[in-house]
Amino acid sequence: MLADKDRIFQNLYGVHDWGLKGAMKRGAWDGTKSLITKGRDWIINEMKASGLRGRGGAGFPTGLKWSFMPKESTDGRPSYLVVNADESEPGTCKDREIMRHDPHLLIEGCLIAGFAMNAHVGYIYVRGEYIHERERMEAAIEQAYEAGLLGKKNKCGWDFDLYVHHGAGAYICGEETALLESLEGKKGMPRLKPPFPANVGLYGCPTTVNNVESIAVAPDILRRGAGWFASFGRPNNAGTKLFCVSGHVNQPCNVEEAMSIPFRELIDKHCGGIRGGWDNLLACIPGGSSVPIVPAAQIIDCPMDFDALKELRSGLGTAAVIVMDKSTDVVRAIARISYFYKHESCGQCTPCREGTGWMWRVLTRMAEGRAQKKEIDLLLDVAGQVEGHTICALGDAAAWPVQGLIRHFRHEIEKRIDDYAANPHSDSVLVAAE
Amino acid sequence: MAVRRLAAEQPKSFSFNKKNEEWAKKQIAKYPEGRQASAVIPLLWQAQKQAGGWLPEVAMRHVADMLGMAHIRVLEVATFYTMFNLEPVGEHFIQVCGTTPCALRGAEDLIKVCKKRIGEQREVSKDGKFSWLEVECLGACVNAPMVQINDDYYEDLTPELLNKLMDNLASGKKVKVGPQVDRQYSAPSGGLTTLKGEEK
Repeated sequence: MLADKDRIFQNLYGVHDWGLKGAMKRGAWDGTKSLITKGRDWIINEMKASGLRGRGGAGFPTGLKWSFMPKESTDGRPSYLVVNADESEPGTCKDREIMRHDPHLLIEGCLIAGFAMNAHVGYIYVRGEYIHERERMEAAIEQAYEAGLLGKKNKCGWDFDLYVHHGAGAYICGEETALLESLEGKKGMPRLKPPFPANVGLYGCPTTVNNVESIAVAPDILRRGAGWFASFGRPNNAGTKLFCVSGHVNQPCNVEEAMSIPFRELIDKHCGGIRGGWDNLLACIPGGSSVPIVPAAQIIDCPMDFDALKELRSGLGTAAVIVMDKSTDVVRAIARISYFYKHESCGQCTPCREGTGWMWRVLTRMAEGRAQKKEIDLLLDVAGQVEGHTICALGDAAAWPVQGLIRHFRHEIEKRIDDYAANPHSDSVLVAAE
Repeated sequence: MAVRRLAAEQPKSFSFNKKNEEWAKKQIAKYPEGRQASAVIPLLWQAQKQAGGWLPEVAMRHVADMLGMAHIRVLEVATFYTMFNLEPVGEHFIQVCGTTPCALRGAEDLIKVCKKRIGEQREVSKDGKFSWLEVECLGACVNAPMVQINDDYYEDLTPELLNKLMDNLASGKKVKVGPQVDRQYSAPSGGLTTLKGEEK
């Protein structure tokens, strides 16, 4: 188990003071200036060497992402840092804890990341529902300004202004280009890539969008060294990670652990085990609602990291572990996820706009058994046609849970259909698609 | 996508009060020159607060004029983002998270409570105190099931706790925000498993 001294988020549970004084006592803002004095290349190389992979779900190496930004502005366009705090992936609630309990780690990270990518302005885009978290961030930023840590000619030696912006309840704004559209005051509809935000982002200027956790861990990585961070987890899956364990465990919680911690250890150590014991585990969605479900037998001893879960044809995503015990109606659980994607599709691309609703309607019937077995393959076929045929990854995210369900629980759907067929119902007329 | 339409009955006028006017200027100043449209969501949100929890069409026009935006662009934004209520809501507007992590831990029972006490979704109770809506993931999954009432999250609920909470809100009593059971925010309910020591 990770030792407390190696935990970055020392105030994860809000036991201590969130303010500047408390944060400094825990080590934040310690020697920020000396980190900046070491220069841009040193910071980017350390970040690369630490092996940090983006914590927003896709797992793209953070140092590499920073290095894509122009070293200097040749055409007068400024660079921007945008922090993605639009945390809305079902199962995920880690950035909320960082913002309300350890906001200064994020602010310090913003300043350092801003320096590394030559940006003097940063925006933190907080999801609209997190009203108190947003106020907390604003208060913490004000403290940092008052202490001369942010703003022009600050103590850290890099002019940097940081603002908090908020959304208004659209999951799609967690997609980086949709987030930029929203930040520009438009509907959150993803842009086609290329051009990538590092060339044409916010207001047409070079922009890097990073997840809250990726930015908030940066100062500690630089202070303690890339080697320290890289010493946790398996190769290519380095570091510590916030896990959000929800669902049918005895004590759901957020916890910071070393990457590659086995599923069983994570649940036993921090969550009081599976409700009803390990034999009662049915399945687990290991990385937020968009990654495919993994049945109990495969997940129990799996290391929780990017590569191991990819081998199970699932993913670590945001490390939002949704646990389901045997009381779960797994078809309904996935149907509810399908409803989520139907609700959150921005409507821009036809396969997603129409496909998400179609998949939800069919799955809802299947949950009752009111379907035909050949429709299972048809559903799989449609999911495959949504996947990869949309501008952003929401189409993929809608298709994967459905594919995962059919891959592992086809027998369950078939059983429902058989049960339904065996019992005559008076209302068995199929409803046409809308 | 959700079908969202403006309410049939709309107030005739809206303008920001002095305090919000000042506040709005500060918001607009966060963004570069000529990019004041960026402030549209924060301004609409403040307008919704001032108008009593929902966003009338005149408020959208007012915000559009303030930001030099075409009215249709603001209407687009107001109908795209689901936190803008396009019709009146109750004094205590209950948003029940119904997505899978909350559903696994009993969100459907909370919905039953709302249905029983208030009525159908979006219906405002006769005394004007409550209305409710099933919403998508609110991002407090380890404290499931939960609801958001106006600005506040109420977590780790059971039907009994929600009933009690609604009683207290209806009678104007002070209520506890956050986890409704004995628990330190998102820490395990049985006690800390990490970070047990003193602050370093």
